[in-house]
Amino acid sequence: MADRLDPTLSRRGVLTGGAATAVVAATPAAAAPLPPRPAKATPMMPVRFTVNGESRSLTLDPRTTLLDALREHLHLTGTKKGCDHGQCGACTVLVHGVRINSCLSLAVMHEGDAITTIEGLGTPDKLHPMQAAFVKHDGYQCGYCTPGQICSAVAVLDEIKRGVPSHVQADVAGRPQASNMEMRERMSGNICRCGAYSNIAEAMAEVAGGAAKEDRA
Amino acid sequence: MKAFTYERATDPVAAARAVAGHPGAKFIAGGTNLLDLMKIEVETPTHLVDVQDLGFDTIERTKDGGLRIGALVTNTDLAADERVRRDYAVLTRAIVAGASGQLRNKASTAGNLLQRTRCPYFYDTNMACNKRKPGSGCAAIGGYSRQLGVIGVSNSCIATFPGDMAVAMRVLDAVIETVDAGGQRRSIPIADFHRLWGDHPEQDTVLRPGELITAVTLPKPLGGQHFYEKVRDRASYAYALVSVAAVIQPDGTGRVAFGGVAPRPWRVEAAEALLPQGAAAVTERAFQGATPTKDNAFKLPLATRALAAVIAESKG
Repeated sequence: MADRLDPTLSRRGVLTGGAATAVVAATPAAAAPLPPRPAKATPMMPVRFTVNGESRSLTLDPRTTLLDALREHLHLTGTKKGCDHGQCGACTVLVHGVRINSCLSLAVMHEGDAITTIEGLGTPDKLHPMQAAFVKHDGYQCGYCTPGQICSAVAVLDEIKRGVPSHVQADVAGRPQASNMEMRERMSGNICRCGAYSNIAEAMAEVAGGAAKEDRA
Repeated sequence: MKAFTYERATDPVAAARAVAGHPGAKFIAGGTNLLDLMKIEVETPTHLVDVQDLGFDTIERTKDGGLRIGALVTNTDLAADERVRRDYAVLTRAIVAGASGQLRNKASTAGNLLQRTRCPYFYDTNMACNKRKPGSGCAAIGGYSRQLGVIGVSNSCIATFPGDMAVAMRVLDAVIETVDAGGQRRSIPIADFHRLWGDHPEQDTVLRPGELITAVTLPKPLGGQHFYEKVRDRASYAYALVSVAAVIQPDGTGRVAFGGVAPRPWRVEAAEALLPQGAAAVTERAFQGATPTKDNAFKLPLATRALAAVIAESKG
């Protein structure tokens, strides 16, 4: 833009001018390039929520997903974007302790919510027991899916504790057990391209208190 | 994603009015299906009315001994409700057979009923699809149709309703309660809720513009043994090729609905009356007039076998 305002022709002005001329010359007159569509201004919206215990206020395009708000606006890049369609689980975070796909939720829908990301579960000096168990059991290779796996794993153990039923439960009226089969079923929304699944289940079993041992034999 | 404006409603009639009075407006609850479709611009709402604050998030007993499930009760909370697990186990089983833990935590009861087909041609904006773009044709007919419908479909569309929860609700004779912009309430039996595609596959349900689901009611418990048998390509987190929701009574009579085969949960009362005669008798009647493609004709014997497995299990 500065070039166009400059009355003396700059090198960049010549180059862009030249390129534009070439494009026009190659286009039949009938199909003259359409004028650029005027960008419709989207009214920005304020949103306030807590992330890892800290109150955060943002002003966002309403299209911003919770995932993008965390990564691009709050620079909490621990939470990962994989498929961006709720199929891979890399974006899993906890909202009021419940796991969700942050890619399939708008940030403005989370006014007043308490969000926990991988950064809020533990720190390098003080790992969450699930983080420590993933390290111990080698629950990853490349690590890209790991933050989502760990957030999901923490929530799964809580869901089992609260009696949330699963597809592999023989009697849905009874209480679920923290068995290997249960871990595998409940973690199906988290994909690991490196295939660390068996070690992830081991890590979860350890945190669950060895309850999965009987099932592993 | 196309630009939209957003508001959070605090009153159901005001929410209905906001959608009815704004062309291109949509309700948003959990958002798990709508946002997925907005990202690929299959859905392009100009305005979103967020209904999460309307308070429809409880499950209550009805006077006649049934349950009234608030429209915003999450799939997880519905499946985990003690009364549902005990008295309507087919519903718990269907819900936990669908989606992933993360999605069930966000997806709402009403949103689950309103989820759109997962036909690959509906999702691919480069392809013809009468459901996505009325009049553009159907690339699924003659295309890749392994997952698609075998009955109740039309020359315009062969998509299926993809959900599991609604198949169980069909067996339970659930009723969908709504309110519109004028404050008018109505009750829609689930049997009448999802439309067959006919010439207008762009209309999934009988809801009118701005009509808001407030609750789903279940009649008093049926007793019997409850089953949800889902056959799919993966053991978890996959859509049904065929599913069977069934409540079987000790005398061998019962109710049966099929998922993954039609534009709506597929229940034929005259067919389920044949349950004591075995699975083949039921499916022969239930799928009378089926028009499978060569890719999905396997669904017919698969439905028989899935039901046979349920009947065998019911006999212990």
